[in-house]
Amino acid sequence: MLVLIGILIIIAGFLLRFNPLLVIMASALATGLAAGLDISAIIAAFGKAFNDTRYVSIVWIVLPVIGLLEAYGLQQHARTLIGRMKGATLGRLLTSYLLLRQAMAAVGLTSVAGHPQTVRPLVAPMAEAAAEAKNDALTDDQREEVKAFSAATDNIGLFFGEDIFLAIGSILLMKGVLEGYGYQIEPLHFSLWAIPTAIAAFLIHGFRLRRLERRMAKKEASA
Amino acid sequence: MITLGFVYVLAGLTFALFAILGLQDRSNPKRFGNAAFWGLLALSMLAGDRLGDFGNGLLVLALVAIAGTGQIGRAPGGDVPADVQTERAAKHGPFLLLVALIIPAVALAGTFLFKWVPGLADPKQATLISLAIGVLIALAVGMARLKPPPLLPLQQGRRLLDAVGWAAILPQMLASLGAVFALAGVGEVVGDLVGTTIPEGSLFGATLAFGLGMALFTMVMGNAFAAFPVMLAAVGMPLLIKQYGGDPAVVAAIGMLAGFCGTLMTPMAANFNLVPAALLELKNPYGVIKAQIGTALPLLAVNIVFIWLFAF
Repeated sequence: MLVLIGILIIIAGFLLRFNPLLVIMASALATGLAAGLDISAIIAAFGKAFNDTRYVSIVWIVLPVIGLLEAYGLQQHARTLIGRMKGATLGRLLTSYLLLRQAMAAVGLTSVAGHPQTVRPLVAPMAEAAAEAKNDALTDDQREEVKAFSAATDNIGLFFGEDIFLAIGSILLMKGVLEGYGYQIEPLHFSLWAIPTAIAAFLIHGFRLRRLERRMAKKEASA
Repeated sequence: MITLGFVYVLAGLTFALFAILGLQDRSNPKRFGNAAFWGLLALSMLAGDRLGDFGNGLLVLALVAIAGTGQIGRAPGGDVPADVQTERAAKHGPFLLLVALIIPAVALAGTFLFKWVPGLADPKQATLISLAIGVLIALAVGMARLKPPPLLPLQQGRRLLDAVGWAAILPQMLASLGAVFALAGVGEVVGDLVGTTIPEGSLFGATLAFGLGMALFTMVMGNAFAAFPVMLAAVGMPLLIKQYGGDPAVVAAIGMLAGFCGTLMTPMAANFNLVPAALLELKNPYGVIKAQIGTALPLLAVNIVFIWLFAF
């Protein structure tokens, strides 16, 4: 039971808004000590895991390209494009991106789009422009919500598309764990059972995007 | 053959240049902290395999000390004025879009190419390697046509990364915390706790506990992968599959997706929830999570009902 102290530290630390890096380190040390490890063993275990997961942080190499393109007006161009398309409403735009992201993830192309690669330079400015087309007095709060929904749509499209792909990590994990219990299951079965949820995710989030569009079209008194 | 090592070298050089340029930025009162932080990350990318486990651990402690005491921050200003951007967009717009699409297009093409033609690149890392190649091609094409000052992409990239700040390594830190949790046996303890809360003989109760347990434990760990083996061992395998005869493929596949609903609602899944908020410069660091809860909760309910309907 004592090892759960790390979870308490994480929850309290995030609620009290301490610097998350400090909270994580404190949690790792407390959990390790509670499990009877000595400090140097905990530091070494953390260091090994940090080195093994470096691939998580390599996505930042796209920033020089994004920086260059933005300095030359990529975000403005994305907005202009949407302004020219008469039928491109906020709801339709984000719903199309949701479908595209789900479809790409479902064939294993998870890293093709993402927050630094596509959401910041393209999707978010396009969504803002589409919202502005209906409402020329978009408040800062409304603008913030449109951007937040752009990021949310990317996540939801990725999560509820990727499990349809046969060779994704989560399917290999499920296969491996069930094999440990003596069940031999073909990856295809897991893939197929991910489809009902993928459809439900599309319908639920698509419905919310339509409501977002209506909400953003209403003019609010600027705060 | 190209391996992930090539990508690490590229990332290491990028962070090293960010550190050097950051050090020269006298408008930033925190330039020394920034340079040390990105410099250490460059060292990790370039030489992490030679530092040893304990050495890497000390490197992490130094990163945490720098960021945790507020030694990193962004310089004010440096944006290209909006009217200049608009003017340039009118001139270069379609070309910029084309270059932006080079990265996903090369990632896509490379993923297939490296799987079909063995020996060129490590097929297991095909997408990450292709992404890096896409970045290099996009940069070369952009530089050739736009002819910006040579350091402009790095300076602007550095400014974007400074805006993200320490959140840039949060995902990697959380993944490492997961490894310590696994070492300490946190999963087993949580699984036992959930196992004791289920009412005897209730199929729906057990399904509910499994789905909610997946979501909640995923929220704590920030990752459904960590929650899955634990919840399967505690509830899924003994009750849903063995006692009630549920289809293991359905229990596993939809249970995992119930966990993904938890991922949408937790700051622990930093790369999906906190990093984009920083990248989009939102005022509320939890803005993305706020936008996702309305989809995650009904979808979690749907997943629990799906397991109950399809597995038995």
